[in-house]
Amino acid sequence: MSAEALLSVRSLSVNFRTRSGTVAVLDRVTFDVAPGEIVGIVGESGSGKSVTAFAVMGILDAAAQITSGEILFEGRNVLAMGARERDAWRGSEASIIFQNPRTALNPIRTAGEQIGDVLARHVPDTATVIRAKVLDALRQVRIPDPEKRAKSYPFELSGGLCQRIGIAMALSCSPKLLIADEPTTGLDVTTQAVIMDLIRDLAHERNLGTVLITHDLALASEYCDRIVVMHAGHVVEAAPVAELFAHPRHPYTTRLLRSVPSIADDISQLQAISGSLPDLRRSDLPPCRFAERCDRRIPACDAAGLMLEAAGPSHTVACRNPL
Amino acid sequence: MMSGTLSLLFRERLRVMRYTLSENPVNMLAFVLFGLLALAALFGPMLAPHDPLATNAQDALQAPSAQYWFGTDQLGRDVFSRVLVATRLDLLIALGAVLISCVVGSVIGAILGYFGGMLDATASRVVDVLMAFPLFVLAMALVAALGNTVMNVIYATAIINLPFYIRLARAEVNVRRNLGYVEAARVGGSGHTRILMVFLLPNILSPVVIQASVNLGWAVLNAAGLSFLGLGVRPPTPEWGIMVAEGARFITSGEWWIALFPGLALMVAVFAFNLLGDALRDILDPRLRT
Amino acid sequence: MTETPIIEVENLEKHFVVAREGLLRRRKEQRLHAVDDVSFEIYPGEAVGLVGESGCGKSTLSRVLSRLVDPTAGRIRMNGRDVTDLKTSAFTRSPLRREIQMVFQDPTESLNPRFTAFDLIADPLRQLMPPSSRASLQTKVEAAADNVNLPRSLLTRFPHQLSGGQKARVGIARAMVVEPRLLVLDEPTSALDVSVQATVLQLLDRLRRESNVALLFVSHDLNVVRLLCRRIIVMYLGQIVESGTTEQLFDNPRHPYTRALLSSIPTLRQDRKRERIKLVGDPQSPINPSPTMCRLYGRCPRQQERCRHEAPPLVADADGRKLRCHFPES
Repeated sequence: MSAEALLSVRSLSVNFRTRSGTVAVLDRVTFDVAPGEIVGIVGESGSGKSVTAFAVMGILDAAAQITSGEILFEGRNVLAMGARERDAWRGSEASIIFQNPRTALNPIRTAGEQIGDVLARHVPDTATVIRAKVLDALRQVRIPDPEKRAKSYPFELSGGLCQRIGIAMALSCSPKLLIADEPTTGLDVTTQAVIMDLIRDLAHERNLGTVLITHDLALASEYCDRIVVMHAGHVVEAAPVAELFAHPRHPYTTRLLRSVPSIADDISQLQAISGSLPDLRRSDLPPCRFAERCDRRIPACDAAGLMLEAAGPSHTVACRNPL
Repeated sequence: MMSGTLSLLFRERLRVMRYTLSENPVNMLAFVLFGLLALAALFGPMLAPHDPLATNAQDALQAPSAQYWFGTDQLGRDVFSRVLVATRLDLLIALGAVLISCVVGSVIGAILGYFGGMLDATASRVVDVLMAFPLFVLAMALVAALGNTVMNVIYATAIINLPFYIRLARAEVNVRRNLGYVEAARVGGSGHTRILMVFLLPNILSPVVIQASVNLGWAVLNAAGLSFLGLGVRPPTPEWGIMVAEGARFITSGEWWIALFPGLALMVAVFAFNLLGDALRDILDPRLRT
Repeated sequence: MTETPIIEVENLEKHFVVAREGLLRRRKEQRLHAVDDVSFEIYPGEAVGLVGESGCGKSTLSRVLSRLVDPTAGRIRMNGRDVTDLKTSAFTRSPLRREIQMVFQDPTESLNPRFTAFDLIADPLRQLMPPSSRASLQTKVEAAADNVNLPRSLLTRFPHQLSGGQKARVGIARAMVVEPRLLVLDEPTSALDVSVQATVLQLLDRLRRESNVALLFVSHDLNVVRLLCRRIIVMYLGQIVESGTTEQLFDNPRHPYTRALLSSIPTLRQDRKRERIKLVGDPQSPINPSPTMCRLYGRCPRQQERCRHEAPPLVADADGRKLRCHFPES
């Protein structure tokens, strides 16, 4: 993509060292996020979507190794930053919201204190100013009675409120990039709708580049501008929402779409995806990690060097035999 | 089918064990030490170079030498042989106490954790009271009350160790009693007793075994401590505690070896059991690792 | 339907005392009303969906129906016979136990880590339908595995060696092996990936058609329930707020809560999009709820004064649909 991209992940590969061997968790992951755009990274468990988010934020586990690739934020390679610079960058220029809101918050500090901590870390100021900023942040996420809520502990708040606190913390220093890692898993459906609406509204108001990580295709279809589909550590397809659902090109995307309940009229129309994720510890992983489950496999699929290629307007796919 | 399950589980465990041992050499050390102690306990009397009970006034209070590796005590007995032979007694006392404590305590704790309610409330208070006493003093009181024999030392040590197992089992069962597989067992027709015996107790085995192995170290120390005070084992039976008690008198006059070597043996034993506990924790449940 | 329902509950109530009365009666007793005034029946071979969000009482209700928990009030009838006085411990030992079985939410937690898949499936068989011989046990377990498309080679594996989908299938095989008449499924696919979910859902549908086992599918995911169930019951804060056939509820939801729920579910189908109905405000507490106020009051977009003073009863209309609302959408 052009130099306007806020975030540009290029050919990112990550390995995990584990008890049972080295796991090739991410392989040449590539995608872009423009300012003000909401990009959804969609995949099932084991697809590597959360690992991608953590790699961008620089909060990967100690057992993780970034073996190649670049993460460019406004043109700067984030991976080349020193630890201090990265710490300063994280929270003020790019932020993340986590999956389980209640456990993502410190249980022994009040909501106000936690938001204040983030502010004090990046924009130190007097206590009065910070207090005012905290209340302002709470209002921005539409929390009623912010003075009272600022004094509440996470256990006193509902899941939805906790997630709003998380969002307030993430946005307190006005970052340019927001990553939301499954922000509504574990929340009720009505709460989910409200939180997602909030995230979308804030993203548009502040022209934030947003990455929404989710396993829920339907959710992604409602809130994202573009969708990146991941499978077993690979990006298999990326396209604007309407285009992806109208003309999916990768066999995995198609099968995934057909397995989502909301799309079917009758249970017989649901289609499961045969096989299961390949064992990523194998040294003989095929170049296309979906090949062994794919019904469109051809001999060319075993050739090395599988890359994302153009397949339409802003539409890329990594497949030797796309639809 | 149950035996098939056991052998499959065992093979799984062996594989994990091999991996854990290779990953952390300290675990290897734990097993080696434990092996040595076990050998000493089993074959001590046969391997001892001298008769541990044979007195020899001529050779009394001799420093360690080629003939008497750990020297001799005030009655001319070979300290090395006595330390070696004492291993069996000390380990047996510790093992006996921990076994009784572990089995009885786990069952009680499991019942309390499973049923809860008034039973749990009252029993837990009793346990709290038990733990409020300085445990060693309690052991002394029990031995004094029940009679000065080795069996009573075992019982006393077992009793003062009960609270740890009761609490552990109670907490572990409490965490698991609402898990899906317990509900599934109830829907599958199992009554409370069967659920406790088949579904809950086997699943809390790991933390209990780990606690037990660490406890062994403490139990050895406890037994030695009691006999140091003259309770339980009596001379001339070789036992580390008595030996330290007898040898303590001679330290100031320069015969340091009489008390040191049994003391060292105690230290090695406690150390070995603590390490064993850590190693078992790694093998049985790596998630507990700190 | 002229058939006898497998299970029928009437004015079912399950309350939990979370705090007793204070010593000098200064503090009132705090009772959590998990399930209140629930009445419905399940007929042989039908699939009924029980939906609601967290805290609505569907999990508690599913446990009462599975006879894992005793209700605090109300009556339960099985095959026409009143069994309310048969408490859970006695029920475990009665021949009725095998008629209702359960499939649990988390496939990992619901399988004993120390049992192989074979033992897991065999255990209820040994307890409820003791086979005459080792060979017949083997046959039945293998048949149950075949029935859920679980390869027989996996029977010697432990749960941690199985994938999510395989574990889910072991859970279903275990429940089906005793030939129950009703299967209570507590969010059986929530913890599964969407592709595996499809397999499990189709499996359940096939089992229902082939064995005529009734399904009570408890879920928060209306999209899933729509595909599998013919009837749906919607719960809110312990009460049934609406119930009817799937078509009735999806084509024309009348209760404000049902409408809000349906409008909040993300869907891939553009033609199914609904206008978002938001429930603003905090939900009421399930502890000591007011008996004279509608439980949705305070969040309901259609609420009026009457809703504050008069709790609406559950009323059936001509189409068999039940509604608990003073001002439902028409």
